[in-house]
Amino acid sequence: MSLENLYREIILDHYKHPRKRGTLEGPGVLAVELKNPSCGDRITLYVRREDDRLAAVRFVGEGCSISMSSASMMSALVEGKTADEAEALARAFFRLVQGEPLDPATEEALGDAVALQGVHQFPVRIKCATLAWKALERALAEGGAAAESPAGTPAP
Amino acid sequence: MTDRTLRRPLVPKALRADFPIFDQTIAGRPLVYLDSAATAQKPRAVLEAMTRFYERDYANVHRAVHTLAGRATEAYEAAREAVRRFLGARSAAEIVFTRSTTGSLNLVAQAYARPRLGPGDEIVLTPLEHHANLLPWQRVARETGARLVFIEPTDDLRITEAAIDQAISPRTKIVALAHVSNVTGAVAPIAHAARRAHAVGAVIVVDAAQSAPHLPLDVRALDVDFLAFSGHKMLGPTGIGVLYAKEEHLRSMEPYEVGGEMIDRVTLFDATWREPPWKFEAGTPPIAEAIGLRAAIEYLEAIGMDAIEAHVVRLTNLAAEALANEPGVTVYGPRTDRHAVVAFNVGRIHAHDVSTVLDAEGIAVRAGHHCAQPLMTRLCVPATVRASFYLYNDEDDVERLVVGVRRAKEFFGDVFGEPVSGDHPGSL
Repeated sequence: MSLENLYREIILDHYKHPRKRGTLEGPGVLAVELKNPSCGDRITLYVRREDDRLAAVRFVGEGCSISMSSASMMSALVEGKTADEAEALARAFFRLVQGEPLDPATEEALGDAVALQGVHQFPVRIKCATLAWKALERALAEGGAAAESPAGTPAP
Repeated sequence: MTDRTLRRPLVPKALRADFPIFDQTIAGRPLVYLDSAATAQKPRAVLEAMTRFYERDYANVHRAVHTLAGRATEAYEAAREAVRRFLGARSAAEIVFTRSTTGSLNLVAQAYARPRLGPGDEIVLTPLEHHANLLPWQRVARETGARLVFIEPTDDLRITEAAIDQAISPRTKIVALAHVSNVTGAVAPIAHAARRAHAVGAVIVVDAAQSAPHLPLDVRALDVDFLAFSGHKMLGPTGIGVLYAKEEHLRSMEPYEVGGEMIDRVTLFDATWREPPWKFEAGTPPIAEAIGLRAAIEYLEAIGMDAIEAHVVRLTNLAAEALANEPGVTVYGPRTDRHAVVAFNVGRIHAHDVSTVLDAEGIAVRAGHHCAQPLMTRLCVPATVRASFYLYNDEDDVERLVVGVRRAKEFFGDVFGEPVSGDHPGSL
């Protein structure tokens, strides 16, 4: 359980220089806010969908280096992907941080986010790493529902 | 126990031998436990008292007439007497066993305050309260139309007598505040607040969760109406709390919960209650936990609450000063007279990250909002690190903490000092 396993260089880089940080406005934008009530970390994820594709993904939030770097990695990774692709990546990420082995192709697909694998050795920090991905899951679920019923209301 | 010659000297290294938890390493280092404000570790005397009870004397209380029932009832009521003595209360009838400080405060809010409050009445609180002494009052205010009024703390988050005077008015019915803040460690002037509350016909409710473990309490000298604390923060087990209340109040109150154990006579359509304190203890109470709490009280009394207070205050002030002298570290609250807790941040490194670095050094601290979100908002931080001290801590622990904080600064290198978080819309 070494600190270097948890705080890999790439994680600190995303923390210091977050990608895709910001907000989105306008039609077709869905905003999802999620919190970890026990620790106060929070994220608002903005997704603009064009048909089945996540055309733009941005986030703002506050929290520890793990939650914020994970949000940065996730946002950069899923922008431009289809909803199905993004959902598959989220499922793979949840397995990764539980310490489950992934095949090399799946690891490759997770890009920088693979660096968060070490979090499984720090069970109390897993929820930091998954916060952004849970927000993505909710955005995908709500986005799907909204696509079926145009009256669907986005989260605040 | 009042005879000083019989007292155990407060030597933390020697005391640690009484606590099995310290017989281990964390991350390859001897455990430095600086999270006693969340919950304290347990000495063998407490664990053994509970085990002995379960193995030798266990039965339900106040019911059967067999030998074990007699022993269990006697032990349970002896625990109540130990609490009475610990608090300097007049009578054991003033000591109600609950499940926690939270349980005690909800009992007061619902069983005492709710039937007595109406629109226009005011409940005076401080913005530093633990959620346990805020949410029950928010609820009772919503239910009755009463208004919450907040005492304004000083810039360094102390509650002064003048600020108390300013907040209390003829409309005040309840004054509820923490004796010692769980974030700043500052002590509120309770005796003064009690006098002012009584002068306008109000009652005072004290959250003693952070004071009962560390300082001598005397409910008669403070002249408080209600006082709540938990067993687990003062070396006792979880699942037991205490509500002290003046007997006149308990007599005038309806029970909070109803059911077994607390009844006098029951018909199909009606029931009458036992005398206080039993009418507030519906159902099988936490018997073994009460016995464990008594053992904890006796352990503390053998050392002496005044000696514990002096030790903890000295150590906490030492830590606050050492941390405040570390470049980039922000310490929250007053610079002196801290009881047990120091809340701080290291540059802009998030409290969780500091805590994880400290954990890797074998040091346990709390990181988060400490169940005081309104206070975090006031401080404009999402979270803080909190180190808290007790009788088993010593100067070496303070030194290890400071070294750990330096390690966090090194580890996060150039993140340190940069504004890396807090751009959330409408956020802190």
